[in-house]
Amino acid sequence: MTVPEAKRQRRENMLDVQDENNISLQSNLHHEFNNNADRVLEDSDMIDDSEELEAPGENGEILPLDSDQIKTALNACKILVIGAGGLGCEILKNLALTGFKDIHVIDMDTIDLSNLNRQFLFRSTDVGKSKALVASEFVMNRVPGIKITPFFGKIQDKDEDYYSQFQIVICGLDSIEARRWINAMLVNMVDDESPESLKPMIDGGTEGFKGQARVILPTITSCYECSLDMFNKPNSFPICTIANTPRLPEHCIEWASVLEWPRVFPDQKYDTDNPEHISWLYEKASKRAQQFNITGVTYFLTQGVVKNIIPAIASTNAVIAAACCNEAFKIATSVAPFLNNYMMYTGNDGIYTYTFEHQKKPDCPVCGTIAIKIDVNPEMLLEDFLDVLKEKPDTQLKKPSLRTATKSLYMQAPPALEKASRPNLLLKMGDLVGDGDEITVTDVALPVSMQLKVTMLKAQ
Amino acid sequence: MIKIWSMKAKEAAAEKKKPKTSAAQIRVQKDLAELEIPSTIEMTFPDPADILNFEVRISPDDAVLMPTHTGFYKGGQFHFTFNINNNYPHEPPKVRCTQKIYHPNIDLEGNICLNILREDWKPVLSLHSVLVGLQYLFLEPNADDPLNKAAAEDLRSNRRAFEQNVRLSMRGGLHKGISYDNVIA
Repeated sequence: MTVPEAKRQRRENMLDVQDENNISLQSNLHHEFNNNADRVLEDSDMIDDSEELEAPGENGEILPLDSDQIKTALNACKILVIGAGGLGCEILKNLALTGFKDIHVIDMDTIDLSNLNRQFLFRSTDVGKSKALVASEFVMNRVPGIKITPFFGKIQDKDEDYYSQFQIVICGLDSIEARRWINAMLVNMVDDESPESLKPMIDGGTEGFKGQARVILPTITSCYECSLDMFNKPNSFPICTIANTPRLPEHCIEWASVLEWPRVFPDQKYDTDNPEHISWLYEKASKRAQQFNITGVTYFLTQGVVKNIIPAIASTNAVIAAACCNEAFKIATSVAPFLNNYMMYTGNDGIYTYTFEHQKKPDCPVCGTIAIKIDVNPEMLLEDFLDVLKEKPDTQLKKPSLRTATKSLYMQAPPALEKASRPNLLLKMGDLVGDGDEITVTDVALPVSMQLKVTMLKAQ
Repeated sequence: MIKIWSMKAKEAAAEKKKPKTSAAQIRVQKDLAELEIPSTIEMTFPDPADILNFEVRISPDDAVLMPTHTGFYKGGQFHFTFNINNNYPHEPPKVRCTQKIYHPNIDLEGNICLNILREDWKPVLSLHSVLVGLQYLFLEPNADDPLNKAAAEDLRSNRRAFEQNVRLSMRGGLHKGISYDNVIA
């Protein structure tokens, strides 16, 4: 079987799993999913499944893991691992030992001495080197016949072309911002006309004894952004407590970093990786702690508070990474139904896990946003374009506000923006936007927004 | 011919590189476009293309907002900068007062003690909540969450004296060795 064929088959298999085995997912598909999902399902209904892997579930049978079908499926699956830290090391090891052959890994970080207790692909001689590079080399040396392609940099350095080469994306990240970015990228990449543009995203996360693993099928299941309301903002003590009534060593450190540093260095932000800056904060915090008879301010605590370091526990990482890789294996091979769609784990008091279906948020600014392709006559005035939008029967906008990624076309409020953007109303669309531009429309009638992808018609 | 292909490839690359609107930007656009604020709050955008950084002027006129209430800060205009980063609404906007004012909940560096700007921020809150919350600080300064301890102490122990200090400071006067900015409209 050629690679494209295998790819196609793998995809069909994946959809089959949803179709035949995951009943709750399927009912969701039919009830609330967008047209794309419905159409994809219809396609997969029509596929001749005589060559498919045997469907899992019915009698709980799993194919021998060294069977040709599974090997073929794993060979055809190019998988991207984002993050080569605590979770990433575990994920890379698991994927390699599970039989994935073509793995890419991105990480912007270098190895720190404090990583070595749990990030087991690194040795003390590696301190200062790229995590992605060292991890790749280690696993390739250890596991024959595997190809790992590292990238030492930020996920934001890569574009849609890059992400579209993978079949699955698996994340072991430590920042919400990075997760939001990759989630939005994968959701935006979904093209209704090509099912393979949908890349399942498996997201793992840990914090001390707690963790979560989830499977996101962009545009089909709830996405990362849908669950943003669930997270508490970390740190944050009331600023008046910090200023007046500190009780904890953390209060003193926050006082030094939030109030003292900007007062003494108004034009400079401290660099959390600069030991001199941390030392300065540590000294100020220590003095303040003395004044208030507070003990416990240390250099390490200072670093931990300002960098917002959360204690990492090797075994939590191992549990969560294992759950994530389990899902990757099932999605890639269709041997068993995959997680639908959120598993939380806490190890604080014994072991507890709970799996539930996180619901799509109708007003999610990433996956709840309606994407529409629209033909634009370059001669049309923005004013008239607004009328066209208001008259669209399927949206019925009332007071649309329009922006591109870089400028305000027309904003209905606040008054200053309305005034500044009003002259645009009499400009031609061709002078305001270009072919392929995206216009973000917000309106009271929309749960969030509508993305218009502009196709500029030829001027007559 | 090859040249043409590479031109085409470049064109396609430029197309792909077009900046994308972030989820934060979409949310801010929605917050702003649906903002209904009283005339006592005015916003200005130094760069109208940039909706993540702007200035806010609050003129706490109690006659408009709370007719039965006589406020300490009536007649003043208070200036703030708003900076919103790409992690909005997971993180709150960063708000600072750009003037040196005498207020129990705002220190001389412009830091503001408003719970929803820090520990009580939630993604379901919006720019509207922050603007209203900010204005409320001028209608009901709160001596229990002090950032300017001296001002809070004055407010608690002697409202009369506090009121006089506010008046003096708002005219750009000197109080206890500190010279305040003139904020009279």
